[in-house]
Amino acid sequence: MTRQERIAKLKAISKERVLILDGAWGVMFQRAGLTEADYRGDRFADHVGQLKGNNDILCLTRPDLVADLHDQYFAAGADISETNTFSGTTIAQADYEMGGVVYDINFQGAKIAREVADRWTEKEPNKPRFVAGSVGPLNKMLSMSSDVNDPGARSVTFEEVYKAYRQQMIALYDGGVDLYLVETITDTLNCKAAIKAIMDLEDEGYEPLPIWISGTITDRSGRTLSGQTAEAFWNSVKHAKPFAIGFNCALGAELMRPHIAELSRVADTLVSAYPNAGLPNAMGQYDEQPHETAHELHEWAEHGLINILGGCCGTTPDHIAHVARAVAGVTPRQIPERPKAMRLAGLEPFELA
Amino acid sequence: MRPTFVNVGERTNVTGSAKFRKLVAEGDYPAALSVARQQVDAGASIIDVNMDEGLLDSQKAMTTFLNLIAAEPDIARVPVMIDSSKWEVIEAGLQCVQGKSIVNSISMKEGEDTFRKHARACLRYGAAVVVMAFDEQGQADTAARKIEICTRAYKILVDEVGFPPEDIIFDPNIFAVATGIEEHDNYAVDFIEATRVIKQALPYARVSGGVSNVSFSFRGNEPVRRAIHGVFLYHAIAAGMDMGIVNAGDLPVYDDIPLELRDAVEDVILNRPQRDPKLTNTERLVELAPKYKGGKSEAKGPDLAWRDAPVAARLSHALVHGLTDFIEVDTEEARQAAERPLHVIEGPLMDGMNVVGDLFGAGKMFLPQVVKSARVMKQAVAYLMPYMEAEKAGKPRENAGRILMATVKGDVHDIGKNIVGVVLQCNNYEVIDLGVMVPADRILDEAKAHNVDIIGLSGLITPSLDEMVYVAAEMERRGFTIPLLIGGATTSKTHTAVKIEPAYKAGSTTYVLDASRAVGVVSGLLSKVDRDRLQAETRADYVKVREQFARGQSNRARATLAEARANGFKAGWTSYEPPKPSFTGTRTFVSYDLAELVRHIDWTPFFASWELFGRFPQILEDDVVGKAATDLYRDAQVMLGKIVAEKWFEARGVVGFWPAQAQGDDVVVYTDETRTTELTRLHSLRQQMSKGEGGRANVALSDFIAPVGGKPDWIGGFAVTAGHGEQAIAKRFKDAGDDYSAILAAALADRLAEAFAEAMHRKVRTELWGYAPDEAFDLDQMIGEGYRGIRPAAGYPAQPDHTEKAELFRILDATKATGMELTESFAMNPPSSVSGLYFAHPEAHYFGVGRIEKDQVEDYAQRKGWDLATAERWLAPILNYQPA
Repeated sequence: MTRQERIAKLKAISKERVLILDGAWGVMFQRAGLTEADYRGDRFADHVGQLKGNNDILCLTRPDLVADLHDQYFAAGADISETNTFSGTTIAQADYEMGGVVYDINFQGAKIAREVADRWTEKEPNKPRFVAGSVGPLNKMLSMSSDVNDPGARSVTFEEVYKAYRQQMIALYDGGVDLYLVETITDTLNCKAAIKAIMDLEDEGYEPLPIWISGTITDRSGRTLSGQTAEAFWNSVKHAKPFAIGFNCALGAELMRPHIAELSRVADTLVSAYPNAGLPNAMGQYDEQPHETAHELHEWAEHGLINILGGCCGTTPDHIAHVARAVAGVTPRQIPERPKAMRLAGLEPFELA
Repeated sequence: MRPTFVNVGERTNVTGSAKFRKLVAEGDYPAALSVARQQVDAGASIIDVNMDEGLLDSQKAMTTFLNLIAAEPDIARVPVMIDSSKWEVIEAGLQCVQGKSIVNSISMKEGEDTFRKHARACLRYGAAVVVMAFDEQGQADTAARKIEICTRAYKILVDEVGFPPEDIIFDPNIFAVATGIEEHDNYAVDFIEATRVIKQALPYARVSGGVSNVSFSFRGNEPVRRAIHGVFLYHAIAAGMDMGIVNAGDLPVYDDIPLELRDAVEDVILNRPQRDPKLTNTERLVELAPKYKGGKSEAKGPDLAWRDAPVAARLSHALVHGLTDFIEVDTEEARQAAERPLHVIEGPLMDGMNVVGDLFGAGKMFLPQVVKSARVMKQAVAYLMPYMEAEKAGKPRENAGRILMATVKGDVHDIGKNIVGVVLQCNNYEVIDLGVMVPADRILDEAKAHNVDIIGLSGLITPSLDEMVYVAAEMERRGFTIPLLIGGATTSKTHTAVKIEPAYKAGSTTYVLDASRAVGVVSGLLSKVDRDRLQAETRADYVKVREQFARGQSNRARATLAEARANGFKAGWTSYEPPKPSFTGTRTFVSYDLAELVRHIDWTPFFASWELFGRFPQILEDDVVGKAATDLYRDAQVMLGKIVAEKWFEARGVVGFWPAQAQGDDVVVYTDETRTTELTRLHSLRQQMSKGEGGRANVALSDFIAPVGGKPDWIGGFAVTAGHGEQAIAKRFKDAGDDYSAILAAALADRLAEAFAEAMHRKVRTELWGYAPDEAFDLDQMIGEGYRGIRPAAGYPAQPDHTEKAELFRILDATKATGMELTESFAMNPPSSVSGLYFAHPEAHYFGVGRIEKDQVEDYAQRKGWDLATAERWLAPILNYQPA
């Protein structure tokens, strides 16, 4: 199948059933008990400074492990697996002084996922597998001050964020992803830089790939970290004409539900959610059991709130397997038709109807 | 919220506002931000930001200002219109906004290619666009040119660029009329006609414009300019104009414009045939304009259609809408039609008040509106009084009942009591208000003399609770049987049931939660049918409350005082150097700048005092109370303006710092840095909750001061008031029958006092004590107490003992410095006053002492030099046991 054939297939399937995304990666790497040597491999044996914890680098140093995780999630029933490239930008890798290998991380990360997905598709042609290029947030935000004494200060410019994302997108594209997943968005302006990077690539002649946008409602305030409500967030990114819009991370399913319900009401595209396995306990670990997650998410699907489900922090292949089983056969959310209206946003939505 | 016409705030536009231009040019961004905030407060749904000024680095100014806005949630909640004639400035702006904004503007001025390029970029950044009716030939002036250019632009945008049509706004150019040049006479008509066609022919597209251009010829004559804007918008909106750049706080209403002026303006705007053979329309308006320069067009009176209704309906309308403009005329007309003046009150006026009462009961009117209705009623009654007195046969008016109300001895707070009084009056009860600080004897003497049906007591501070018990006991002793009502911030159902009701067995006692319940309670208690049943129900209810209270008493495990002290708050003295204040002793501030205080006001409690609950400013847009809140806020702003300009109140304060060390739960205050002579001791109370509760420390305020023998430390104290002049103002309004303004003035004085405390604390942190010199001004953070140091007040949870004010006042010499006095219950007079202590320790925090045990009460009594009974009386509200 060509990439455009796969994308057509993905869109067709999305009308038939609830799509399943994979679960957490961090927790799985932790369980593998990796050492500094695993992270370094031969290539970075002489690198100055610690690399342990820089999971993206494993695309280059432990590709076997990365492939195995894709494999586990596909085996659990995931339709889509994410590349292991969450922090694959020059800005995020600057912490590890690994800015120079960003292209390689994304390119290899995409290739690994591509190979595993294609293997599963060959084995189960009725259930093709897809690869989403993971584009995570940055540790530097365009809407938030970097200096408590100067609310106007910024540690990074739009242009810098744009360039960093652009490089990541090109590498993911070259490595063969089926779609871009801009995820765990804490600052909508950063996300808008990523959107512009993708749209500009299309203008330059790159094949258009679906864009999936997943924000993060950080706490019970019901706002993103940069202060927007769910509807304001949607209004601010709608111009990307995203394949899907949703939320992930920070909250467990129970607390995330009202925000997903809000997106479900306002967004005339697919709605996705991949919550954490509940809230962390005092030790920072997640206790929510696979059947509990599945029970909650099944209820969302039954109520027609959702098109794509998966898991974020604390979820495992077992969680994904339970969710996949629970929503099998449930009709996905129908995309609502909204009257045309000018819909603007500050931190709050504004509609001129 | 789905507005039909969108106000885009224009004051953050350097080309439209000289003030804003000056602020930006001088780099005074905090003040520039407050301009944006005012726009949003005044109702702008979108704010237009324009930095196009030759002497500015426009790109940098745009970036700086938008980044600063992003840090202000009150402003950032609305979308931004990024306004510039330079594309680089627009693009710089687009890179600073996370929301979806509007670009103002792009056009075909430099040809179609540039237009396409800019449109595509807007699409990539995710913004709506304003498209100016401008092409290679220039700006479109006639309707035909405007339509032609907009149609061409629409086709390029929608068909070629793929721009969503609903995100396109056309600006077909508003040009000045009445310039004296004949070719300009049709400019407004051209805009309006073009708007009509664009809205019909180009689906989903919107129309906007810079409204103030149209009146440019009349600059300097704001009333006439406003009239021109009002008339122009009236017709343009009817033709389909969706939004306009206007001063959101100053948008005139078509019907408000005096007819003569409106007609003349309309002739100009609509370019009607000349009426006067000798004068053109423009000349007529020019001739008329000076007459209105004085501001007559500001006269209020929205939609006067109600004036055509019969007089009874007009009176009812005036009462419901709180309009006093025509009340005397209408009352006179009703009087002439009535047999007796009294019949006007009993007939149409009471009918109108009943409508008000019903709407209030149904939650369709809110307290501020009801109080305004009362003002109308009072004025009508005042008008009729001479006629009733002249009519010798005039019998006293029949009332539904007579209520005596008073704030008890030692207490000076009466805003809530006044509101209840007004609400009762609105419902035809006669209210005898004895005011504040009324001793029990006088309350009961007056009750007898006036043969009242009910007594209502109010109080705000905790010692008033005891005074209420005393009044109740006196009622019992003197043989009263009429119902007693209890209300006010510090009162509660529990206290009423446990302490007051048992003291007055001969009659009934009822706790009234808020003003909206008052009418229901009073009418029930005076109803022959319901009275007995209601009293029995209340009694049974209070028995239950007492039982619950008793159970709660026995269940709570508490720490002993020794245990609590051992588990006191550990402030970490080794790693901390207490900062030294810039002076010791006291410093007095008189006639403190009221305008400075205004910007420190926390509005949320202001609305709460009118029983409108919700966070400011969101409350202004609340679906239910938004309108009432907005009207109230407008009235408050107008009055604040007068308070500041005419210096109604005088703000005075005193601040002091002294060397101090903690000794046990007390703070020893020294006369000087030798720390040998005690000036006084300040006492604090320690939490005695059981240690099991979350492993928290048992805090006392003294924990925040370094102990005797430790590092040298200091404590501060303050007393501030904004209440000088308050009572005179309130009386002036009350005497004029305007309770609404009287209560509003008192509520604002309260807010100003709180703002003063906040402002002074900030001054202390940044300057006088000076331990946080670089703290930024952020009202929200201040209200949220997101700064270092605390200013706890006696009588509040961290030190519930009001008597501690006495020593503070003494060492501050507060009465001499500020004219503030303490009553026998340690309430401060004037009522709009705040006092407290300052603690600078970074970990100093607010807490509630909660309930305390007898061991601490005994210890505290000894430290204060009291006997046990005295201590138990002052600490009654927090005792965890029943004193003997």
